[in-house]
Amino acid sequence: MQRDTRISRGRFLKVMGAAGVAGSTLSILACQPNTNPQQGGGGGGGPEEKKLNLYNWADYVAKSTVPGFEKETGIQVTQDFYSTNEDLLSKLRAGGTGYDVIVPSDYMVEIMIKSDILLPLDRSKIPNFKNIGENFRGLPYDPNNEYSVPYQWGTTGILYNKKELGQLEDSWEPMWSPEFEGKIGMLNDERETPGAALYKLGYSVNATDDEQLAEAEAELKKQKPLLRGYFDSTQNRPLVQNGDLLLGHVFSGDAFLVMSGNEDLDYIIPKPGATRWTDNMCIPKGAEHPDNAHKFINYILDAKVGAALTNYTYYNTPNDASLPMIDGALKKLPGYTLEPEVFDRLQVIEDVGEATRKYSRLFTEVKSS
Amino acid sequence: MGERKGRGWSLGLAGLLTPVTIWLGLFFLVPLLFILAYSFGTSGIYGEMTLGFNPGNYLRVFDPLYLEIVGRTLVIALTNTLLCLLLGYPLAYFIAFKGGRWKNILILLVMIPFWTSLLLRAYAWVVILSGNGIANRTLQFLGITDEPLLLIFTPQAVTMGMVYSYLPFMILPLYAALEKFDVRLKEAAQDLGASRWHTFWRVTFPLSMPGVIAGSILVFIPSAGEFVIPNLLGGARTVLVGNLIQAQFLQARDWAFGSALAVMLAALLVGAIMFYVRKVGAEKLEGV
Repeated sequence: MQRDTRISRGRFLKVMGAAGVAGSTLSILACQPNTNPQQGGGGGGGPEEKKLNLYNWADYVAKSTVPGFEKETGIQVTQDFYSTNEDLLSKLRAGGTGYDVIVPSDYMVEIMIKSDILLPLDRSKIPNFKNIGENFRGLPYDPNNEYSVPYQWGTTGILYNKKELGQLEDSWEPMWSPEFEGKIGMLNDERETPGAALYKLGYSVNATDDEQLAEAEAELKKQKPLLRGYFDSTQNRPLVQNGDLLLGHVFSGDAFLVMSGNEDLDYIIPKPGATRWTDNMCIPKGAEHPDNAHKFINYILDAKVGAALTNYTYYNTPNDASLPMIDGALKKLPGYTLEPEVFDRLQVIEDVGEATRKYSRLFTEVKSS
Repeated sequence: MGERKGRGWSLGLAGLLTPVTIWLGLFFLVPLLFILAYSFGTSGIYGEMTLGFNPGNYLRVFDPLYLEIVGRTLVIALTNTLLCLLLGYPLAYFIAFKGGRWKNILILLVMIPFWTSLLLRAYAWVVILSGNGIANRTLQFLGITDEPLLLIFTPQAVTMGMVYSYLPFMILPLYAALEKFDVRLKEAAQDLGASRWHTFWRVTFPLSMPGVIAGSILVFIPSAGEFVIPNLLGGARTVLVGNLIQAQFLQARDWAFGSALAVMLAALLVGAIMFYVRKVGAEKLEGV
């Protein structure tokens, strides 16, 4: 049975491939006269056309990143965006090929490796890998960095209005406090939000034990009447900023983005646990420009490019060589530069296999209550 | 019958029907068959599909949690349909009978919202209804309220957003039905001594029934599959079938169960509509 699907998918890919080839032939013909003169054809040879299709999170490259790469290599970058790891996976599963570089988060890299949809990287083409810090090499989801190279990292915590609430303790309790009823926004995320409940209870964010999950579910059901709603991090950010919310569950970069212009806001990484995540650059199987993809990955890992990227995204860089060039004001924001003891309490969301569906049902149950 | 019309005519018709048949076959029927096939398949942990005959996906639909979600969805869709009918009918009636030379412009105004994507319009509502949005600032400026009201991310905001989005789908078929209405029938009824109210209930309304049916179906079906508005205007605090199906295809990576849910929803809607058309349609349409 499995074979049948494989075959039909293979056939589908062939059709898509043929369409892609036809498309690219046309575009080669169309673009010939415009070939960038700066390039001069010196980029590693190969018959690859000067194109790269980047599939990334929205607003996740600096303004200078793509133009800089195009100027340096003569490779034209086409960008496409997704808003969740799951969107990315579905798109690839549905036969959405043609992407050369994708930027999945840690647990999604693991799923993609297990699903055999990533191309192994050729490290000899990524000399700048040497810039990656010790803490960000060989993470559990890809122990030898065979398929992935870190892009940015950050934490998931609480953005809140310090002016109204005063300085809060590093704790999840405020997100469950009846005092702030109607002024709390959690993430609309099947792992992060059950994860917050698990952290609060002192369990692992990757718990699969039914009793622990049931406790987490009870916590979330208790919390729900206090919530304004379940939002994306990019929604919670303006809601806290404009006062609709007092507390919002957000990704660190979203917090720093508003905190840099507003001293009334603060960000905490709660005890006893919170999420640390890493987004990674990978090349999906079926990429039409793998050589260009390696060049792009190497370009991002350059010290200056990496610093410009982080100074724009307000996340953290895994690039040690970029660290000295990170904006001083950004480094000083609370929760940006992490003390070792804070770093140690962070957990990485891992793929939980079968239990993924338990989390899905749990979150549906909570939202339905 | 067919023979009498002659061969050339039906060949021509066949020629005209070919493109649409291919279109619908390729982009409607084939995807639908995929969903049907997937609904009997098994989704692996990482979302890989194995086809086969696994009725388990359908059994899972009967989980009380999911049945509750289906029930809630149907109530919301039905409420939305009724609200659209109550609001849309008087407007369609007004445009059809009192619109005069403004008729076309008025109908155009009804359609204008379609020129912008639904998503953008939903976001616009978020801006309008938020704590320091236009609605709240106007209320405070006029001295009606002191504090910002909780307008956005409430069940009321979802209802409002859905009525707003689907109202044109109700007005247009109603207008089409009323516009064709022969005004002399009203005059005849009144000549025969019927009051205006009586005339409306016994003559005008029954004759507009095709519009009521078409409008209700056009509003009810997409309402039952709605998943954007509850998330954007309701703060994702409730789960409708549309959200549930979306979650199966994305987060849960369970296309098989998602497909089974989609098939069940489609079957339910077809059933409901057949019942509706038979019950309401047959009586009213044939009764006249």
